[in-house]
Amino acid sequence: MQSNRRETLKLIAATALGAAVAPLSVTPVMAADKIRIAMVAKALGNGFFDACRDGGLEAAKELGNVELIYTGPTTATAEAQIQVIDALIAQKVDGIAISADDTNALVPVCKKALSRGIKVISFDSGVAPDGRIMHLNPSNNELIGAKCVQMMAKTLKNEGEVAILSATAQATNQNIWIEEMKKEWAKPDYAKMKLVATVYGDDVADKSYRETQALIKAHPDLKGIIAPTSVGIVAAAKAVVDAGLVGKVYVTGLGLPSEMKGAVLAGATDTFAIWNPIDLGYSATMIVAALVAGTATGKAGTSVKAGRMGEIKIGANNDAAMADPFTFDKSNIEKFAKIF
Amino acid sequence: MSVSEPMAETPLSHTAAPKPEAAEVHGQPTPEQPTPGQQTAASPAPANQSARYTVLDRKPFRLIDLMLTWEMILVLLLVAVIAMNTSISPYFLDVYNLSDATVNFSEKAIVALTMALLILVGEIDLSIAAIIALASLIMGLASVAGVGTFGLIVIGLAVGAVAGAFNGFLVTAIGLPSIVVTIGTMSLFRGIAQVVLGDQAITKYPQGLQTLGQSTIFSLPPLPNSFFIFVVLAIVTGIVLHRTTIGRRLYAIGNNPVAARFSGIRVDRIRFVLFVLSGLASGLAAVLLTGRIGSTRPNIALGWELEVVTMVVLGGVSISGGSGTIPGVVLAVFVLGLTTFGLSLVNVPGIVINVLLGALLISAIAVPLVVRGIMRGLGR
Repeated sequence: MQSNRRETLKLIAATALGAAVAPLSVTPVMAADKIRIAMVAKALGNGFFDACRDGGLEAAKELGNVELIYTGPTTATAEAQIQVIDALIAQKVDGIAISADDTNALVPVCKKALSRGIKVISFDSGVAPDGRIMHLNPSNNELIGAKCVQMMAKTLKNEGEVAILSATAQATNQNIWIEEMKKEWAKPDYAKMKLVATVYGDDVADKSYRETQALIKAHPDLKGIIAPTSVGIVAAAKAVVDAGLVGKVYVTGLGLPSEMKGAVLAGATDTFAIWNPIDLGYSATMIVAALVAGTATGKAGTSVKAGRMGEIKIGANNDAAMADPFTFDKSNIEKFAKIF
Repeated sequence: MSVSEPMAETPLSHTAAPKPEAAEVHGQPTPEQPTPGQQTAASPAPANQSARYTVLDRKPFRLIDLMLTWEMILVLLLVAVIAMNTSISPYFLDVYNLSDATVNFSEKAIVALTMALLILVGEIDLSIAAIIALASLIMGLASVAGVGTFGLIVIGLAVGAVAGAFNGFLVTAIGLPSIVVTIGTMSLFRGIAQVVLGDQAITKYPQGLQTLGQSTIFSLPPLPNSFFIFVVLAIVTGIVLHRTTIGRRLYAIGNNPVAARFSGIRVDRIRFVLFVLSGLASGLAAVLLTGRIGSTRPNIALGWELEVVTMVVLGGVSISGGSGTIPGVVLAVFVLGLTTFGLSLVNVPGIVINVLLGALLISAIAVPLVVRGIMRGLGR
């Protein structure tokens, strides 16, 4: 009796496991002649990386002989990402594109992948140079600065007073971008468009909102506000809407489509920009495929063809910038607001 | 549980049972313990027979007992996992791949050993991952200040032990429940790391520490250092728990701390030591993990406490204390580690793996209880 019970118990335990794993055993084994490229996200369940995956799938379809494996850890920690890469090394994928959770911690495992002939690049968030062939930035400072000024000029037809609403006065990224904006601004095209003030909202929604109100009061002829920060741009647009100045003052800069949808539909923002994750995933996949095929080396000073994104130049430290930021307006905001 | 069989012919007195204070605890308790009803029915000591009986030192070995343990179910589960992984991926049965796979769970498995002891005595330590973060932080600060590899190892272990002692003090001296204490220290210890580091990382570590965390002790078979340490510690813990009086005391405390105290066991002192050991094991995990990834971030080892508790519970250690074995925990470590690795090999998303592991844990715990309930119902 006793042993019968236990036998049953064991059987049930074994059956339960069998049932749990049975559906997986039918996973098709991938064709051996395909190039297998893994795209590793910082963490799964993040809309930004899901959009990167869509771009990667587009590239894989275009190339025909590429199979894209989209994976990543469930928690955005270095050790979880290392575990994912170990599994990719074990199944001998041909290439890996990774957005790193930790610049340095991933170097040993990426080196191991490289030593086994796997082409490793980082995109979005980089691995230190030792651990990857090259790094793909979505954009670069020069392109971002220029883009902000160009968007404002297009909306205002090159004329009027403009102010900048930044994050903190010490914010490294924002200060570099403002420098680059001023370089673009020096061009003769923008002679009638004047920069009247730069204020700091400290990336706090409330402070950014009040700084915008103060700007509007201090400069009655103000026509535009450039906010190269995703917090500032939302707050500035809200302040413009609340002051009833839609159509008189335009806000542009860098923001997330999901947060900017309201401002664009209300008319406070004509255009704004941010890097497009679909293009980023597309380019990363194209680059890895080119490295695997041997048509690119990823070395500084060379360039790599990335399908519809054109030729991407590789600079110092094997860093590359994909393109200028992607512009969002009324025509595409609804679609991208769902993505990120 | 007591093995109190009448054995009239054996002229053995109590001297044959050298540890009377732990006599009620024998060998390896299994989930299939006789009910109290069966127990009294099975051990009537008729007064007209010999009044003398023997309490055996341990249960006599019978093959059937071995076949019917929780460990046996885990062995079958492990065989099933290995068979499944081999069939779904051609890359699974590869020495180097398996070696890489062990690295990813060895640090957690080391902490699982001390966690098993704590849960066995009815306590729990949920702050282990936070202790790892704190130990890694202090090691990082020391490394930046120029401390060498050996010094960093000592610091990592010491921070772990001190943090564990703090938990132990709150539980034993102040008398707070360990689950409350360690949820608190979980926030406290990781909070310190978050305050100090913000969104920064410490990445300056000496090569010696990185070698410790990244290399193998032998090259063939490739046995990673962390895995080797785990195996050695598992053997030591197993011997202490199953072959010494210390181990018996732990079972006694887990089954009934009050009775254990009246039997002369220094319950609080043992609890305190176990918390220190848990901290020490977390410190060791911090040393190995920091060396392996060469970087300290505030989110290091995030969520490990749940993975470690899963290993222990799947290993058959009763969450209410009093039963469980080290071989069971070791088997569970392999079942979980190899399931995760095998499913990753065919690129099952980590989120789905978590769902499967959750289902596995619940069914492993619930199914025997349900089946036992049904069988009992049928038997009557």
